[in-house]
Amino acid sequence: MGKKHDYRLWCQAAFTALSNGYWKGFGEGKIWTGNSKHVCVPGLNCYSCPGALGSCPIGSLQAVLGSRKFQISLYVFGLLMMFGALAGRFVCGWLCPFGLVQDLLHKIPFPKKLKKLPGDRVLRWLKYGILLVLVILLPMFAVDFTGQGQPWFCKYVCPSGTLFGGIPLTSADAALAAAAGWLFRWKLAVLIGVALLSVVVWRPFCRYLCPLGAIYAPFNRFALLRFRLDREKCVRCGACRRACKMDLPVMDRPNSPECVRCGACRRACPTGALRTTLEKEKKKDDG
Amino acid sequence: MKTGFWKRSGAAVAVLLLGALFVILGVYRGEAETVWRKAVLICMECIGIG
Repeated sequence: MGKKHDYRLWCQAAFTALSNGYWKGFGEGKIWTGNSKHVCVPGLNCYSCPGALGSCPIGSLQAVLGSRKFQISLYVFGLLMMFGALAGRFVCGWLCPFGLVQDLLHKIPFPKKLKKLPGDRVLRWLKYGILLVLVILLPMFAVDFTGQGQPWFCKYVCPSGTLFGGIPLTSADAALAAAAGWLFRWKLAVLIGVALLSVVVWRPFCRYLCPLGAIYAPFNRFALLRFRLDREKCVRCGACRRACKMDLPVMDRPNSPECVRCGACRRACPTGALRTTLEKEKKKDDG
Repeated sequence: MKTGFWKRSGAAVAVLLLGALFVILGVYRGEAETVWRKAVLICMECIGIG
């Protein structure tokens, strides 16, 4: 703590507090019902979190795709395209409340921290499968007799919903607590699993499971906010790769779809070869 | 490198504008209302109850 770059943590905390600013809801076990919930926030933020002022983009996507009225969601895809085109997975690194939770958990000391899990390269594809099957196909096609689909990802996987919605609401409302059964215990087990893994590996949920990360991933290559590598300045020392908590080959792919833009590589670069599109090139005698 | 920079940034602006168009069409179709209706009731599936 106290390091220069902890401003990312502060940004995450500020955005989490801002997008979950209905504090009264936590005490009363109620959720915000204002007009701001017409709009999706960029990160994974359950709309059943008592404090949530906006809507979760993944929950909203499933709600629209699973409704009787619509087969496709121009609105939610449009918002995600806009967030993605602006910043790609910068959202994951800087604005996502569940990303903040994982970052804090990873600060807990552990004897053997891992750079990645065994089978990492295959596991990374899991989030794309989850996006396709649980977020898009099942809500669209596995419908009941009224034509209504379910939010499969929220129901069976999302640990963010359990942490920010399930736990506060069942703690504040006795009726909800009484109704919690096997599904709640299953989702609690998923949350505990992700939390324990987060202590050992950096951001396991973002790497392997998050469908929102899967949506933003392809935008990294061309988003307005992206990295630029000056190949003339790069001495290929490997400092960026060693600093990368996602264990990415930054020198070869500075805009990898897996990068959440934490900026560790940029800070580690001894020659200033890596910079964002927002930064101007420094003159040679700038130091 | 410069050309690549402008090509990518141009693509980002094009996607941004397309996204904005989708949002407008989505609002016109009533999707924002569907999102709001779902978001203002406690989502039992999301919190692990049903």
